[in-house]
Amino acid sequence: MNPSDLRYAKTHEWVRADGDECVIGLTRFAVDQLTDVTYIQLPAVGKKVKAGDGLGEIESVKAVSDIYAPVTGKVMAVNTDLSRDPGLVSRDPYGAGWLVRLRVEGAVESGHLMDARAYEAQVSETPH
Amino acid sequence: MNKNQSTGLLFELSRAGRRCHQIDGVLRNDASHAIPQRFLADAPVPLPELGELDIVRHYTNLSSRNMAIDTHFYPLGSCTMKYNPKRHERMVSDHHFADLHPLQPASTCQGMLSVLHEMEMMLAEIAGLHACSLQPSAGAQGELTALLVAAAYFRHRGEHRTKVLIPDSAHGTNPASAVLAGFEAVTVKSTPDGMVDIEDFTRKLDDSIAVFMITNPNTLGLFEGQITRIADMVHARGGLVYLDGANMNAILGIARPGDFGADMMHYNVHKTFTGPHGAGGPGSGPIAVRSMLEPFLPVPRVVKRDGHYILADERPLSIGRVRSFHGNIGVLLRGYFYIRTLGPEGLANVSRHAVLNARYLRSLLLGKLDMAGSDNCLHEFVASLKNLRRERRVSAMDVAKRLLDYGYHAPTVYFPLVVPEALMMEPTETEGPETLEAFAETLIKILGEDPEMLRTAPHTLSISRPDEVKATKEPVLRWIAG
Amino acid sequence: MGYLPHTADQVEAMLNAIGVRTIDDLFSGIPSTARLNRSLHLPASLAEMDLSALVASIGRGNRSASDLVCFLGGGAYDHFVPAVVDALAGRSEFVTAYTPYQAEASQGSLQAFFEFQTLICQLSGLEVTNSSLYEGSSAVAEAVMMALAVGGRNGPVLMSPHAHPHHISVTRTYLANLGTSVETLAASSDRLDLASLASRINDQTPCVVVQHPNVLGNLEEVDEISRICKEKGVLFIVSYNPVSLGILKRPGDYGADIAVAEGQSLGSPLAFGGPYLGLLSCRGEHLRKIPGRLVGQTVDRHGKRCWVLALQTREQHIRREKATSNICTNQGLYALRAAIHLAALGPVGLRETALMCLERARETAAAIRRAGAGEPLDGAPWFNEFVVRLPDTGPVAERVVEAMAERGFLAGFPLGRWYPGRERDLLVAVTERRTPVEIDAFAAALAAVVKSG
Repeated sequence: MNPSDLRYAKTHEWVRADGDECVIGLTRFAVDQLTDVTYIQLPAVGKKVKAGDGLGEIESVKAVSDIYAPVTGKVMAVNTDLSRDPGLVSRDPYGAGWLVRLRVEGAVESGHLMDARAYEAQVSETPH
Repeated sequence: MNKNQSTGLLFELSRAGRRCHQIDGVLRNDASHAIPQRFLADAPVPLPELGELDIVRHYTNLSSRNMAIDTHFYPLGSCTMKYNPKRHERMVSDHHFADLHPLQPASTCQGMLSVLHEMEMMLAEIAGLHACSLQPSAGAQGELTALLVAAAYFRHRGEHRTKVLIPDSAHGTNPASAVLAGFEAVTVKSTPDGMVDIEDFTRKLDDSIAVFMITNPNTLGLFEGQITRIADMVHARGGLVYLDGANMNAILGIARPGDFGADMMHYNVHKTFTGPHGAGGPGSGPIAVRSMLEPFLPVPRVVKRDGHYILADERPLSIGRVRSFHGNIGVLLRGYFYIRTLGPEGLANVSRHAVLNARYLRSLLLGKLDMAGSDNCLHEFVASLKNLRRERRVSAMDVAKRLLDYGYHAPTVYFPLVVPEALMMEPTETEGPETLEAFAETLIKILGEDPEMLRTAPHTLSISRPDEVKATKEPVLRWIAG
Repeated sequence: MGYLPHTADQVEAMLNAIGVRTIDDLFSGIPSTARLNRSLHLPASLAEMDLSALVASIGRGNRSASDLVCFLGGGAYDHFVPAVVDALAGRSEFVTAYTPYQAEASQGSLQAFFEFQTLICQLSGLEVTNSSLYEGSSAVAEAVMMALAVGGRNGPVLMSPHAHPHHISVTRTYLANLGTSVETLAASSDRLDLASLASRINDQTPCVVVQHPNVLGNLEEVDEISRICKEKGVLFIVSYNPVSLGILKRPGDYGADIAVAEGQSLGSPLAFGGPYLGLLSCRGEHLRKIPGRLVGQTVDRHGKRCWVLALQTREQHIRREKATSNICTNQGLYALRAAIHLAALGPVGLRETALMCLERARETAAAIRRAGAGEPLDGAPWFNEFVVRLPDTGPVAERVVEAMAERGFLAGFPLGRWYPGRERDLLVAVTERRTPVEIDAFAAALAAVVKSG
């Protein structure tokens, strides 16, 4: 189940608002599509990203997927535990497997993000 | 394959003080008389110390852990694993070729230059194009070289074209090469037969397109029936058509890329013309082009002037060099020997029998395996094991691994990407029907074997199912002492 | 011909099984407009015996480094190759295998490549080596593209003016449409000018590329260059000569970030320029951006040590248009040759080879000077290759080289071809194979040629 207090992007990132900052991660659906995550590349702290831009990459043995920034902002922190243990993102995608913390520019509640129910509806239409 | 010898690494076999190659007569065991101390190493390079027999036994044992064309049937799709003639190896090691220095005066290597010149003309004739460069070191470098030629051509004409169109079934080198040549790679959809989706193609074809890259015959072994129409459409928009020559083994002397609309192409000499693969290289990827592109080819060019061959560097419009010296000559020579051995009729027979073998193998498997693509395959075909996967939870990879137990190299798995659970088979012309029959029988038998046994295959080789996740997560890319 | 095993009866039976009448019916998918309706215009087929005779006669139109005594280098060198290299690398289980995609059926090649990677790490003093690139020049270009990807800087790439001209030209070709360019640095006394190096680097410089020993044979002040690069925060790429490391400091020892080399000196025949192999090593932190194939160690399902292709997500077949390199092969067989060659030499053999090159090169320079054949330039320390300035009164180097070939020598490379204005400079290389007798004869012949007017 996807937590109901989060907002979701079409490209399978979640956003947890926290004052003028937010935490970003990947959804359970996304990480389940990638068996055995081997590497996660995240941006440098201080980098500015625009909503829809590439934020990083997630790799399994034979696939690479892009991670997109769901909102515009500046990278305040990245989850350095992931470089040691990329499997965290699969084991606890909504907790210890978070990716980056952004300082938001503009409102998080921008139109392109979905609530949990809308996101689940989108996922159920995706062929497995 | 004997599976019991040691797999100790060279470094583990090393014993301090042991020697193999030795040079006598060094007068001073010290370079400081000639070179200032600040440049000199403090200690010798920490290489392993081995005796000659240590080395001989080590590599001989390693060689027994490979499957190769000379030991096993190797129907690896898209790789053209045909027999590599022994005569080539002997001729290429003649010192008149093997010990030729690349910078020696042209007057001392007229024989070599004449062969290269003739090879260019033969490859141009087989392509139906006008000029050829032997420089590129491999197919991927051939693609890059040709796209750089295209970029230079359009720049010279003052045209600003930014995109290269590539079907989604193409090899990954196509989009990678396009981007390195400064273009944006735009994907065109394929039909289930791997043909160009004409509707999608038409929608994406505009005046910003520099090149349309196409593999024909395509990755499903089918000839693109609309190729001349597609080429006409590209030309009408002022673009160029590039042919990825990966599958030339199907059409030698039967159809020529230049005749069906290609403006440029690369060969894989190591596939079509039998340069051995060497466990991954060297390759050789010459390109052939239409005459208007010739001035842009890389330097040096082999040219004949006053009855004398030279390597010409001064070509103002050339894209420049793409490698050191003049090409993977050893591979090109083998290709030359091959074409001279076969002649025009022999080359056409290669393609006729490559297609005969593929169609025969396909007919033996028809009804037992689901085929991707129509009946009209040329030199290779693709089966899809998606039903096996659904019904018995056995993957294409499981079947591939089990074939190894029976003494067959596996077909190509999971390519092209557009076919689920793909098993791509290319028997080549050098196998007889008895080999194909035995292979088909084995493959059919495997489909009925215990799924659990297949999922853990192979069972008879020195290793089974390496942990690729571990190899990538915790990369160990060299041996470290201790 | 065509190495076809099919008997006429078999062809007939196969066609019946397929359900067509003739082989030509199999090509019905090719529209007639696309078909070639004539034979290819190619020479007629030849039986093995006749082809062998023809090739032998073509070969006699060449005079090789076995016919002529070789003092020619310029990026390819006449080193001795021990017989074990040919004997072992010539085994058809290595020669006729494909890329090791099926690890279980390719452990021989995979282990050999893993050992190759280790040997080149030991040689270069760096932490990661790929399983080889095409040859030296494209290896430099790949290293530069890697540096662009690592640093995210897009200013002009700075190259030493005496990097091999092919390295510079190929790098220019590769970068032609990528929004950056190559600038060459200033030289003094045929070496990189250190004072101008520091001033040319700015915050958009991605890397500095230096060849050491340089193309004229001179040693560059690599410690100082490395210090300047570190201070300015740019990547230092060095192109080295593998044999020189028998005595010289290794790239990793003096702080290179990426080290590349033409690997021909390690067991590849001269072969008119190829196949050779490119060596590329880097520091561990740049692992994710290294181009080309990597072999990694792992365990199989029984826990047994084994080897596989690793970190493939860097490569074009997965990353497609986002890949930083389009390379899809290594030079497998030549990487194998290099590994066997290094194993045969060992630390002492490599050192002996380097010392012998050094000594014979000095004997050659002294003999040339003694014979009055020209003036070896020795304004800088050098390894086994040096420039001889020929007398103003004699013929230019291009003519000298032609005349020396008549006398049985590959005398060197006429530098005017690469550096206009240096028509009287001859680049001479000396390997461990040259004997004192050959050296004296060479100096005497050179003296006779330069005095012949």
